Amino acid sequence: MRRFLLARLVQAGVVAVVVGTLCFVLMRVLPGDAAMRIAAGRYGPDAMIAGAAEKVRQELGLDQPWPVQFLEWLANLVRFDLGHSLVTGAPVIEELKVQLGASLWLAAAALLLSLLIGPAIGIVSGLRPNGWADRLGLAGSVTLRALPPFMLGLILMLVFAIWLGWLPPAGFGSWRELALPSLTLALGLAAVSSRVTREAIATVAKAPYFAFARHKGLPEAAVVRRHGLRNAAIPVVSYLGLQAIYLVEGVVVVESILAYPGIGHALVHAIVERDIPMVQGTALAMGLIFVAVTAGVDAASAWLDPRLRRA
Amino acid sequence: MRFARFLVVAAVAICLSTVTNSAEERLLKVVGPWEIGGIDPAQSGYIFSRLQVAETLVSADPTGKLIPALAEQWSASEDGLAWRFTIRADATFHDGTPVTAEAAAASLRRAQAGVGVLTQVPISEIAAEGRDVVVRLEKPFAALPAYLVNFGNIILAPASYDASGKVTKIIGSGPYKVKSLTPPLKLELENSGNWWGGAPEISEVSYLAVGQGETRALMAESGEADLVFSMLPVSVERLKRNPKLDVKIATIPRTRILKVNAASPFFDDVEERRAISYAIDRAGIAKAILRNPDLDATQLFPPALAGWHVSDLPPLERNLDAARRLLAEAGWEPGSDGILGQDGERFSVTLLTYSNWPELPPIATALQAQLREVGIDVEVSVGNSSEIPSRHRDGTLEMALISRLYSIVPDPTGTLLQDYGPEGSEWGAMGWSSDELLVLVDKLVATSDSQERAPLQRRAIELLQEELPSIPITWSELAIVANQRIAGVQVDPLEVNYGLASIRWAD
Repeated sequence: MRRFLLARLVQAGVVAVVVGTLCFVLMRVLPGDAAMRIAAGRYGPDAMIAGAAEKVRQELGLDQPWPVQFLEWLANLVRFDLGHSLVTGAPVIEELKVQLGASLWLAAAALLLSLLIGPAIGIVSGLRPNGWADRLGLAGSVTLRALPPFMLGLILMLVFAIWLGWLPPAGFGSWRELALPSLTLALGLAAVSSRVTREAIATVAKAPYFAFARHKGLPEAAVVRRHGLRNAAIPVVSYLGLQAIYLVEGVVVVESILAYPGIGHALVHAIVERDIPMVQGTALAMGLIFVAVTAGVDAASAWLDPRLRRA
Repeated sequence: MRFARFLVVAAVAICLSTVTNSAEERLLKVVGPWEIGGIDPAQSGYIFSRLQVAETLVSADPTGKLIPALAEQWSASEDGLAWRFTIRADATFHDGTPVTAEAAAASLRRAQAGVGVLTQVPISEIAAEGRDVVVRLEKPFAALPAYLVNFGNIILAPASYDASGKVTKIIGSGPYKVKSLTPPLKLELENSGNWWGGAPEISEVSYLAVGQGETRALMAESGEADLVFSMLPVSVERLKRNPKLDVKIATIPRTRILKVNAASPFFDDVEERRAISYAIDRAGIAKAILRNPDLDATQLFPPALAGWHVSDLPPLERNLDAARRLLAEAGWEPGSDGILGQDGERFSVTLLTYSNWPELPPIATALQAQLREVGIDVEVSVGNSSEIPSRHRDGTLEMALISRLYSIVPDPTGTLLQDYGPEGSEWGAMGWSSDELLVLVDKLVATSDSQERAPLQRRAIELLQEELPSIPITWSELAIVANQRIAGVQVDPLEVNYGLASIRWAD
């Protein structure tokens, strides 16, 4: 256990340095004058920004050679100081607290909803492969996964906010505002996890131990609960790690469409406005979440499948 | 099973709690596209000024007339070099401290040292004397009170600043005070309880920034927002048909113009600039993209801008024959592929634009197609808005489609002064200047008498129309949607103040 944690900690450190360096290099090689972009980000497209850019350049020390700037960032990182946003002037860590917090709520709600929808449909489909439930599930899954998240978001807004009038189309603050963005993401997640569950259940259902449980006279519900779920959960849980990627991609789009102040929304703005500390901080947070998610998935798999622990 | 029961109970509990909550408070919900990037007045002062959290010394009514705000009166000395603004005695900041001349002078000094419009005024000193803020100038500048209307010059309480002079919180003096701020999207306001103008009709307001135009339209349609600003032209028709909503539209002093580099061989001749102007189908662009044919910019400013629209000026219009003739006279001959050329150089230019305003890229592609008809090859490049000032400065800009605001101070003089100075400017002329215009603008800046100003304004507009240092394309309008639950909504074309304090519930 200690070795597992230590390995993950080292991994997190490597991710932090690689992500930070990559962001720094990529933001440097982008064409355009950084001071001008930051000034435009701060004062908007109506302001006279050439004069403002000079003040920005002096204030932020952008005229220093880039190795000096990079080493400064690295030294600050060791002290867990992510610096200040170049646009808003607030500490990056404060901005991340709000935005990352909002995104984690969204991601958690989406994941929970997708777990309520996806595996349930998957189990029903997998127990009767090629039955009507399976075919319907397949059609639904293909449709939902083929729809880009922004389309799905707009369709859900039309249905739930305009036709039914149950939920607000955008905003944040209470569960009502969280419902639409998390449902948008959850449907995309469930589209795939339902199929993964279906495959897993179908495989388990064909397994000799499953047939044996039926032959010995257990009721169907008990067979599924005792012998089906845990075995089928192994691939589904490992797949959850991959779904984190879909979540990140979805969060960026969904947050912009539904005016949700999360980390995806922040990242898009930071890149446009050349706010390097914010880009580094946001990417770093995302990278570390990835490490945490994969560690969590590994731990869950090990708990589900004792064979992994012995290996 | 037990888990399922828990879920149902939890869901019911959440529903009940929100139902009771919404019955308790009645919040005026405002939605707009503007995000609150940082709280420095130069960055998002306009949000705090429009939502009546912070106030300036002088304000403007929707017609552009200057009206008292924190300063109850003002006057200039005989020589025009010293201005006195008397602070009203009953004004109080939200932290309970009185609005003093010292506090106002400190806010203005900070603005003058920053990057806002006050940096363009020849100020030598800003001081407090008794209840007066005294502004001393290096040379007469009659437009000073108009410059003080700008959001960058809001007056904040001394406690708003930290030791280094950075704004850490917004403590203003308006009818609403900040209850909570979640940058960049949400701002909650409540009755400040001590505004000199009396208590606002609705005591709680929330502002949500929604960047996507489609989402804003849906917020209005679903009844989740009471007041929504800046609707896309495509949504306006649909929203007008909704019986629960009122759509209000005002023409605003913002013109989309084609900035051309008059120092480049393509546009150095005024005949070439006129030819470009003749090639453009403004009415078509206004009708198809902006959904309002009246926005076709026949001159720089729309009729609504009193004193700045010259109704008997020959309008800018499409005339392909004239365009081809003028280009031929300037020495451009069609090549084998139909593209014009001169001395071996093809008439092939890059048109830069940006997507902060969603209509700019489609207008740019329309221009591309229209200019192709007279043999000009245009490549459209959509980038960051900072690219235009940046390429203006290094001289590589050829053409740019921009959206220019002429009410940075309530009077367009302020923008003309910025845009058509001797060296041009990033959002104005490039490689072009006119001594006559410089003299005109100098005179406009020095006088506030409208009789004296009228012929000067007229001549300035005529000159810009003759010389076309930048080519007007379309005017703009601001569309606001109000739910019929509320009454008393006014559209301010200058976007100085949304007058939330006088909005009331209709029932």
